[in-house]
Amino acid sequence: MPQLLKDGKVIDNPWQIIEANDEADQEALPSGDILVPLSMWLNNQSVLENHSGAVGLWINGDEEIEGIAQSIVTAPVIAINFPKFVDGRGFSVARLLRDRYGFKGELRAVGQIIRDQLFFLKRCGFNAFEFDSEIDLDEGAQSLADFSDAYQVAADQPEPLFKRR
Amino acid sequence: MYRYDQYDQTIVDERVAQYRDQTQRYLAGTISEEEFLPLRLQNGLYVQRLAPMLRIAVPYGLLSSQQIRKLAHISRKYDKGYVHFTTRQNIQLNWPQLEEVPDILAELASVEMHAIQTSGNCIRNTTTDQYAGVAADEIEDPRPWCEIIRQWSTLHPEFAFLPRKFKIAVCGSEEDRAAFLLHDIGIQLVTNDQGESGFHIFVGGGLGRTPVIASSIREFLPREHLLTYLDAILRVYNRYGNRDNKYKARIKILVRAWTAEVFAERVESEWAHLKDGPATLTGDEIERMKSFFTMPDYKTVDAQALDSELQQTAGQNKAFARWLERNTRTQKQAGYRSVSLSLKPAGVAPGDVTDQQLETIADLADRFSFGELRSTHNQNVVLTDVLVCELFELWELARAAGLATPNIGTINDMICCPGGDYCSLANAKSIPVAEAIQRKFDDLDYVYDLGDLELNISGCMNACGHHHIGHIGILGVDKKGEEWYQIQIGGSASKDAALAKVLGPSLSREAVTDSIEKLLDVYVENRLEGETFLAAYKRIGIDKFKERVYAPTA
Ligand code: SF4
Repeated sequence: MPQLLKDGKVIDNPWQIIEANDEADQEALPSGDILVPLSMWLNNQSVLENHSGAVGLWINGDEEIEGIAQSIVTAPVIAINFPKFVDGRGFSVARLLRDRYGFKGELRAVGQIIRDQLFFLKRCGFNAFEFDSEIDLDEGAQSLADFSDAYQVAADQPEPLFKRR
Repeated sequence: MYRYDQYDQTIVDERVAQYRDQTQRYLAGTISEEEFLPLRLQNGLYVQRLAPMLRIAVPYGLLSSQQIRKLAHISRKYDKGYVHFTTRQNIQLNWPQLEEVPDILAELASVEMHAIQTSGNCIRNTTTDQYAGVAADEIEDPRPWCEIIRQWSTLHPEFAFLPRKFKIAVCGSEEDRAAFLLHDIGIQLVTNDQGESGFHIFVGGGLGRTPVIASSIREFLPREHLLTYLDAILRVYNRYGNRDNKYKARIKILVRAWTAEVFAERVESEWAHLKDGPATLTGDEIERMKSFFTMPDYKTVDAQALDSELQQTAGQNKAFARWLERNTRTQKQAGYRSVSLSLKPAGVAPGDVTDQQLETIADLADRFSFGELRSTHNQNVVLTDVLVCELFELWELARAAGLATPNIGTINDMICCPGGDYCSLANAKSIPVAEAIQRKFDDLDYVYDLGDLELNISGCMNACGHHHIGHIGILGVDKKGEEWYQIQIGGSASKDAALAKVLGPSLSREAVTDSIEKLLDVYVENRLEGETFLAAYKRIGIDKFKERVYAPTA
């Protein structure tokens, strides 16, 4: 089974990502836990309710989540896709989901992320990381702790350093 | 100046360790070229035409003598014994080895310095007035605010992968010496009707291919809201800035596409969620930051007596008098002056200094200037707080070290990017153009008679040499594989910021100096009493200049 990094540990990843162009046809959905595209999540709840496994969703970093946040924060897993690792929009969307819309489930970074972004991703509220490239996850996990402290308020630190020093 | 506590030191030390690990993984082949690129850029490492280039952050241009000595040491040990001062108050090494950069960063960290975010698509070094704290026209010292911004922007987790680079400048005085209207965010310290201090916020200024003067988006932001408001601007930009085309990716393009009004509304509605949140500044924090920028122990002196003595000395020594006029400036503290050490003697690339000169600068700072100095966006060094009665001595020492060329603010004090000699993006060389101009205009009486004149040279459209805002700007262009130069005139970086206009078709390098001379002739023939080049241009317009330069030669 493929693996991912979650809460600092390497674990099995049972979730399958359903690509955006697949129809929401119950027959076509694989069994087991799935992450569906946003449109399917919004438009096919009845189909998804009958799905055998758990259902979460994935969005792109450029999603206008303001309008739909309330209907997605109930998901057990939200994955944010990074089409390119230098596309930093997903960092902002993650913070909105955590800080503004109170999402408490698993927030997963997927796509072309790189190990050296882990500290920043974690600070923005991601707690799970699924790399599209082959990497040694145990080694990569070290990058989560590149820094022991930071100046800014973020999803992992409600108080800025200036109030703690 | 600001001093690190254990938190700042730990963050910088951990950054060195992180980058050391990244470099090792890159050399071992486990990080690809593509992935390493933004990582090294965010640590200031470019790969240029001839060698890597390391840009070291000088937060808002402030340096201690200890830091300068460390830079001298680094330039000897890891480079060719000189460094380059940039137009954004930073310092560059032109020949470091990629493998040794982690060691250089560790040396820097030992004197509270780093190269974090000096390049790449992230928030860069915040710049300000080189006369902060001593300028007579200062409303408020901008440096505590610059340091607050430095800490907020350092390793900001949300804004490390922006659409494009992002530059912030703070202006705390009547006259603008920070070119703040030509930054992605320009922050002007202001006081409102109730006497409270706050900020006037401008966005979307910048040079480069599409030069734009920033637009006002908020006339008064109470000071405690600075960081939440900046978070809101950056979040809007991070989410909606163009990521498909790097030439359309700066915030100025977004502001223009949306209009400043719409952009302001978007920021305000984002800010509504962040306002009064935990990042709101506390009075304690503001006071803590201000406590680092207190005034030194000034002596009480008889300023008048000192001044008449000074005039007397100047009366007896023409060379000193010239230097005094061009390279020093009065401060709000009577009896003290600020001194510009010129890094632009003819024959040296503007902004370059040797390790020996750095040692001298450190000694001068210790002896005359409370151990501190500033780098300027004109690529010079300023020593503030020099007692008037010590100016002569300072001048003699600076002169012996080649740091007293009396050309500050003149045509020979040009801003010049590294250009084709170093930069892989260049269309044309810029340093030889600067040198040819300095050699041509070597008659000091003529140069002084021309008065204040800003001449800026860039080797390509990226405009690192700020050619759009020079009174005279020179831009390197590529014409069928040959190096040509376009001349622009009438730009200005002050509060009445203006972008220069193109004079006409581009010229060969040989023709540039002669054309500059023709421009100056037109000015000298047409100026009114006391009128600067820029003022004369504004009055008489571009045509007279154009006609002269492009007149058919008989
Ligand atoms: S203006 Fe062009 S040539 Fe000059 S340093 Fe910048 S990129 Fe290089």
